[in-house]
Amino acid sequence: MSETTHTLTIPSSTRYLHDVRRFVAEHALDAGFAQPTVNAIKIAVDEACTNIIKHAYDGDTSQEVEVQITITEGHLQVCLRDEGEPFDPSTYQEPDLTRLTERRRPGGLGVHLMRRCMDEVHYRTDQGFNEVCLTKHRNRDSVV
Amino acid sequence: MSTFSVSFRDANGVRILDLHGELDAHTASDLEESIQQCHAEGNVNLLINGTDLDYISSAGLGVFMAYVEEIRDDGGDIKIAGLQSKVYNVFDLLGFPVLFDICETEEEALARFEEPAPDAGNASS
Repeated sequence: MSETTHTLTIPSSTRYLHDVRRFVAEHALDAGFAQPTVNAIKIAVDEACTNIIKHAYDGDTSQEVEVQITITEGHLQVCLRDEGEPFDPSTYQEPDLTRLTERRRPGGLGVHLMRRCMDEVHYRTDQGFNEVCLTKHRNRDSVV
Repeated sequence: MSTFSVSFRDANGVRILDLHGELDAHTASDLEESIQQCHAEGNVNLLINGTDLDYISSAGLGVFMAYVEEIRDDGGDIKIAGLQSKVYNVFDLLGFPVLFDICETEEEALARFEEPAPDAGNASS
């Protein structure tokens, strides 16, 4: 089975989110994914990258985020790697959408979007780095 | 870098904010400043026109949530109109049609401001 990978490394600043989205969209389109699916992948990767910048690195823009796309016959996977504070997915609570406006700064929306937009979301931490991998399988309808 | 801008208009006592470009974690603060400015100037009826909004992430959506209760407490509302389908779908994924009045057109949203008791639970899109 053929497999191609593409890697982009950005400084840990929200200034580069647009570049990440463009990078992901270009390769997802080249790989034959339909525009609605590409839109879903873009937003999921944006949310993952934003969480790394804001939470793993706590706004420190001197660090780096590596974005690696792997495309196979069956799926597209985007893995984002950082060396900041790890995220423990077991602490995540699905946001209560009916009570969102009662909190001025509701959290958890990004993770919620990532999970709704992708088929699989996996986290791992190993020897000082964290990785979140987002997978979209071919031939599945997109929600966005 | 993401490009985003807000321009302002007034119609029938409603301050209309036309959003242009991409609203993400980098540009959300621009929208936040715009809403704060409108509110500080005494505008409580705010209409967000998203016709030229090409992208939104949860950071942008969070700005609406951060201010809507305050605006409603002051007797106004934030209504949203003209969203492209790819942007509306993100609002929909997070349950925003339950929380906000989201209209297909600006005219429809303006008419909603004329109704006596705005109810955030009645989305039309």
